[in-house]
Amino acid sequence: MDDVRPLIGIIDAVGGRVGLDDYESHGGYDAARRAVTEMAPSDVIDLVKDANLRGRGGAGFPTGMKWSFVPQGPDVGLKYLVCNADEMEPGTFKDRYLITYNPHVLVEGMIIGAHAIGAEQGYVFLRGEYHEPGAELERAIADAYAKGLLGQGIFGTETNFDLRLHRSGGRYICGEETALLNALEGKRAQPRQKPPFPPASGAWGRPTIVNNVETFCNVPGIVRNGAEWYHGLGATDDAGTKLYGVSGRVNKPGLWELPIGTTVREIIDEHAGGMQDGYKLRGFLPGGASTDFLVEEHLDLAMDYGTIQAAGSRMGTGTMIIMDDSICPVDMCRNLEHFFAQESCGFCTPCREGLPWVESLLIDILEGRGEEGDLDILARNAQFIGGPTNTFCLHAPGAMEPLQSALKYFREDFEHYIQNGTRAPSPG
Amino acid sequence: MTQAVPQPLESFVQVLADEEIDEIEHECAQLPDRESAAIDAMMIVQKRRGWISDESLGAIARLLGMSVEALDSVATFYNLIFRQPVGRHVVMVCDSVSCYVMGADGLRGRIEEHLGIRTGETTEDDRFTLLPIVCLGACDRAPTLMIDEELIGPVDAENLEAVFSRFE
Repeated sequence: MDDVRPLIGIIDAVGGRVGLDDYESHGGYDAARRAVTEMAPSDVIDLVKDANLRGRGGAGFPTGMKWSFVPQGPDVGLKYLVCNADEMEPGTFKDRYLITYNPHVLVEGMIIGAHAIGAEQGYVFLRGEYHEPGAELERAIADAYAKGLLGQGIFGTETNFDLRLHRSGGRYICGEETALLNALEGKRAQPRQKPPFPPASGAWGRPTIVNNVETFCNVPGIVRNGAEWYHGLGATDDAGTKLYGVSGRVNKPGLWELPIGTTVREIIDEHAGGMQDGYKLRGFLPGGASTDFLVEEHLDLAMDYGTIQAAGSRMGTGTMIIMDDSICPVDMCRNLEHFFAQESCGFCTPCREGLPWVESLLIDILEGRGEEGDLDILARNAQFIGGPTNTFCLHAPGAMEPLQSALKYFREDFEHYIQNGTRAPSPG
Repeated sequence: MTQAVPQPLESFVQVLADEEIDEIEHECAQLPDRESAAIDAMMIVQKRRGWISDESLGAIARLLGMSVEALDSVATFYNLIFRQPVGRHVVMVCDSVSCYVMGADGLRGRIEEHLGIRTGETTEDDRFTLLPIVCLGACDRAPTLMIDEELIGPVDAENLEAVFSRFE
C-alpha cells in the first residue's frame, strides 16, 4: 500500500481501476482482517479517535466519537452502517473517483466500521446518476462476497456483514444524513427531527452510523499503520490526507490526494496548473456550493477545518470552485441560489419560501429592476434564513453562505448593478 | 419483520410484467418492510418503460401495499423519477456552479437550438427529452451533460452533432 497517499496512491501503482486481485496484492483487506480477528470493537473506535479522523463529507465531525455514540452490548439488536455516497454538493467530484477507481478501499473501510459499531447490515447510498461508479461498486461488492470478505462468518470468525447498494432517486437533500435515511426507507427525503440522532435511532428506527465515502476510505490505512502515522500525514493540526479538487478556469482541473492542510495556493498553482491565460482569480468557494466565498488574500491559508473556518468559510468537501474575472458575482449567486431553491425539500417555510424569493430578487437586480435597499433585504434574509435555528436543517443556512460572503467581498458589483442596471466592468 | 405478500390482482398483473414483479419482490425480500422498496420499485419499472404512468403507479402502489397518493408523493419528490413520458433518450444538462463557470448557460441554449426544443420538452420524433440536472459530480470535465447513462464532458458547444448523433 501507498503510505503517503493511502486513498488513491494504489490507482497509480496498478495503472488504473483497482480490482480485488490488485487490491489484495497490495495488502488490501489485511486491515479489515486484523480488525475483525484481533481487535475488540472498542479498540477500533479508540484507534480512530486517536487518529483524529474527521468526517470528509463536509461537516468534519470526529468519526471515532460518532461511532462511540452507538449503543453496544448483546441486547441492542440490529444496527446499520450507511455510506453516504450521494455526492451532490455542486463542485464536488471526489467520491465518484474513489468509488470508480478504488472501490475496495471503501468496502474494507465499511467492514472495519461495521465491526467497530457491531452492525451486520450496511448500505451504500449512491446517487442515481452515478451509473459508472455504481457498476464498479457492484462488481467490487460481488467480488468481495465471492471471496468471503462480505456475508456470513467473515475472516473465519462469527462476524457477519452484508452490504447492499441503494441507488437514489436524486435530490440534493438526500445528502443530509437523516433525509438520507428517509430516502433509504423509500420515503420522501425530508430531514428528521434531531434528537434522536442516528446513532441512537436511525434507519428503520435502529442505531445507525452514516459516514461519507472518503471518511470510510481513510479507515483501513489507520488500522494498518496506526494513529501516529496518520497524524504525520497532515501538514497542520488536522490528521491524514485529503482529496482536494479544483474546477473552473484553471489549466488542469482535477483531483489530488495531498496532506490535509496544504495551502490553497499550492493546490491551485502547483496542482491545478494555475489560472488559464487571460483569466484572473477573483474568488473561490473552498469546498462546494454551500461554503462562503474566499478571495485572493486567503490563498496562503491552509486547507484544513480550523483555518478555513477562522477565515469565515468552511473547508467543506475540499473541492474548490474558482470564480474568475469573467464571471459576474451577482450572476454566480443567482446560479447558486437557483440550485438551493430548487433542491429545498419544501418542509419548512423559511427555506421553501425564502430561497426562491432570494433567487427572484437576484434576477430582478440582474434584469435591471434592482432598487435601493435591495442589498439590505438580501443581507437581512441571509441572516434570517441562514440562522442555524430558524430552519429545520442546514440546507438554507448552507445556501446563504455564498450569498452573505459575496455581499461582503463583491459588494460593489451588486451596487453597480442596482445603480446602473448593468454589470460592473471587470476589475483590473 | 415479514409481511404477507398481497395476492396479485388481475388489474395490476396486466400492467406490470412478470419480470418487473419478480424484481420488485426481490427488493422487498431484502428490506424490513415493503414500502421501503418504493423508490427501487419505481426505478425498476421506469427502466423498462421510460417513465411512471398513472397506471404503473397504481400497480406498484398495490404491489407494495401503499396508497397511490403516498407513492405519488415519493415519485414527485425525486428528480430522476419521471411522471411524464420522455423520449428514447433523456439528455440532462448540468446547470450547477462549476459547469456554469465553464459556460453551461450558453451551452444549454446551443443544445436547445440544435435539438429544436426548449428545456423540459421532447423532440417531435420522440428521440430526445431535454432536462436540466444538478451537478453531475464531474466538475473537472465541465461543462458536462448526461445522455441516458453516459456522462459526457467537456462538451464542445461547437460540435454538438458529434455528441448527439450516436443516440438514435
